[in-house]
Amino acid sequence: MKPYTVLAKQQLSENVFQMRVYAPLVAAARKPGQFVLISVDEDYGERVPLTIADADAGEGSITLVFQKVGYTTTKLSEFQVGDALAVVFGPLGRPTQIEKVGRVVCVGGGIGIAPLNPIARALKNVGNHLTCILGGRTKSLVIMEDLMRSYADEVIVCTDDGSHGRKGVVTMPLKELCESATPPDLVIAIGPPIMMKFCVETVRPYNVPITVSLNTIMVDGTGMCGGCRVTVGGQTKFVCVDGPEFDGLQVDFDGMMKRLGSFKPQERRMMDHACHIMNVAEQSALANK
Amino acid sequence: MKTIEELDSQAQGLLDNFRKLTTVTPKDRMAIPPQEMPSQEPEVRRHNTNEVALGYTEAQAVIEANRCLQCANQPCRESCPVKLPIRDFVHAIAQSDFGGAIRLIKEQSLLPAVCGRVCPQEKQCQSSCTMGKVLKNPSKAVAIGRLERFVADRERESGVVEMPKVAPATGKRVAVVGSGPSSLTVAADTRRAGHDVTVFEAFHKFGGVMQYGIPEFRLPKAIVNAEVNNLRAMGVHLEPNFLVGRTKTLGELVKEYDAVFLGIGAGLPKFMDLPGENLPGVFSASEFLTRANLMKAYDREHAATPLPDVKRVAVCGGGNVAMDAVRTALRIGAEEVYLVYRRGRDEMPARAEEIEHAEEEGVKFHLLCNPKQILADEKGQVRALECLRYELGEPDASGRRRPVAIPGSEFELAVDTVIVAIGNVANPLIRMTSEELGLEFNQKGLIVCDEMGRTSLPTVFAGGDIVSGAATVILAMGQGRLAAAAINEMLAKK
Repeated sequence: MKPYTVLAKQQLSENVFQMRVYAPLVAAARKPGQFVLISVDEDYGERVPLTIADADAGEGSITLVFQKVGYTTTKLSEFQVGDALAVVFGPLGRPTQIEKVGRVVCVGGGIGIAPLNPIARALKNVGNHLTCILGGRTKSLVIMEDLMRSYADEVIVCTDDGSHGRKGVVTMPLKELCESATPPDLVIAIGPPIMMKFCVETVRPYNVPITVSLNTIMVDGTGMCGGCRVTVGGQTKFVCVDGPEFDGLQVDFDGMMKRLGSFKPQERRMMDHACHIMNVAEQSALANK
Repeated sequence: MKTIEELDSQAQGLLDNFRKLTTVTPKDRMAIPPQEMPSQEPEVRRHNTNEVALGYTEAQAVIEANRCLQCANQPCRESCPVKLPIRDFVHAIAQSDFGGAIRLIKEQSLLPAVCGRVCPQEKQCQSSCTMGKVLKNPSKAVAIGRLERFVADRERESGVVEMPKVAPATGKRVAVVGSGPSSLTVAADTRRAGHDVTVFEAFHKFGGVMQYGIPEFRLPKAIVNAEVNNLRAMGVHLEPNFLVGRTKTLGELVKEYDAVFLGIGAGLPKFMDLPGENLPGVFSASEFLTRANLMKAYDREHAATPLPDVKRVAVCGGGNVAMDAVRTALRIGAEEVYLVYRRGRDEMPARAEEIEHAEEEGVKFHLLCNPKQILADEKGQVRALECLRYELGEPDASGRRRPVAIPGSEFELAVDTVIVAIGNVANPLIRMTSEELGLEFNQKGLIVCDEMGRTSLPTVFAGGDIVSGAATVILAMGQGRLAAAAINEMLAKK
């Protein structure tokens, strides 16, 4: 089979897609916490980091879950079973340290639930008590809930609009757990930067260790470009080689969020440009009819 | 500036007169003026990504080659890192035997079209050229690099490229990690010996720094791709999107292959450790150039990878990478481009030609200046680079005069983008993921090996920037050549 062929595709919500992709070397090597870089076009594509939600070494496949946000993820969402990606590169980053610490709380926000899945399962498998807090703006954005219910000791769902689970944000149950008789020994938070930042501030007063997994701008993913750099504990770190997981209490989230916004105007232009090309193509197709 | 047609007809005239001579004395050769490289006009080229230097015409190459005095002691060959038979190939060009010339070069060098373009000839072969010495002007040495490029381009453009012979299959397997100049040399030389060779590359395209780093206007990617295709035609397997240490570990490769060559390259970009360095709008040269070259971001109509909308750019550094960055910035539309370097012009490590080209294209040099901090506007975007002026003091360990800060000399350069081009440190990935093997690294994290590229592990060899820190294409090739010889020798005994 051609490398990086799409084996299965599923739409999880309006903008969230799940794809099983043939990448046998990545499937064999990947560990929880790692990610890949993908590109949809050999010559002109950009390299975008995506998390690995699952893998099947027997089939040689990895499962990617992504949200349609920019040019590349929009293109990728149009791929069908049988199409092949131009690049699937990895697995990248240091794997999560999986060990028995006692009570673990895994907090996932939106698309961040996908990379959380293999980490949470591995932490459960070594004997930790596992609570998962899953959050999203609305019910359809809370993904993989059934899967996580199948192995977690407890799953708490929060939605901003109250359409599913508790109405509110993930930091509310997190704070309650920290104040409970059985506070967490470790928190892992993966989601939008602002969610991770507030999770960190929530646990900080309780002296609970918190690990966050960062998803920054990257070009090569091997440490060469430094585009992914973040300030952690006053030092510059590279997400691709030093991370993606860091001690949340040490991360400069404000600096990271500023860097994440670096290419917003260009990205918007690119989307407009792509829309323009698609419109022109549609119009000429109509004209030819 | 003269056009290529004018330069060609001038050369043709010189050649006609030269051929009328019945006996040729060294004096006649010294009388031939050095041939100027036909180039795009600075005002034109700063707005496009096409190659700046257009290459000698045939008449120019032949008359330039006739400037060579054919020294018995061949000082040029001595100062070439791969010991090319320079005198002899120049002689062949002088006789219009271009096929003979390229054959002589290819016995020693795999990438003549690349080296002819990117070697620092004025510091190597041309620095010891007798003609330059006699004329008391090193820039008037025989243009060895341009002649090398001429015969290499001529062969490639003819479409008939002589392939090196491959010995009968030995059944031995060689893994080559990385696909830069040292790795490609190792791949070719070990394949020639009949081994089964696989090249592993992290990017989706092969060529290493020649692909992602050196810009199109200095080294067209079509040339790099042609060299890579030659390897493919020789039967070398090429595996992209493969990161050793992650996709497979070095330990796994050592088990699966009879020999492993590590040519993994430069590694992590160095930053200056200044306030404001992590602001949006601050890039490593590697990121900026990779976006522009490998990801083709200069082609804004087609490329998905964005480049910043640069208007005023400061590049910190004085090497070839810094020159590539300033000139790339111009080509993507920057209006003002500054180069900030803490030593003087004579101390710049960049190739002389690149410095000249950058100046001609309008880059403003701030020499004897060093960045102090990067300042942001109220939105958190870069607004200025604050610099401090320096003066030259006593020579330091490298023999270059040490720059000393002048207190109170701070000034601001108003810029929206800062590019840091001050070198690299070793990538820790191999080390992090192969601790159990006991591969020896030095204090800088570079792989320790002998002059033949042998590491502390019996079947692992290394070369290029991961051994030397930061060097040039030709030095990396030279190391690759030696390592390949050591690999072939080891495998012959196995």
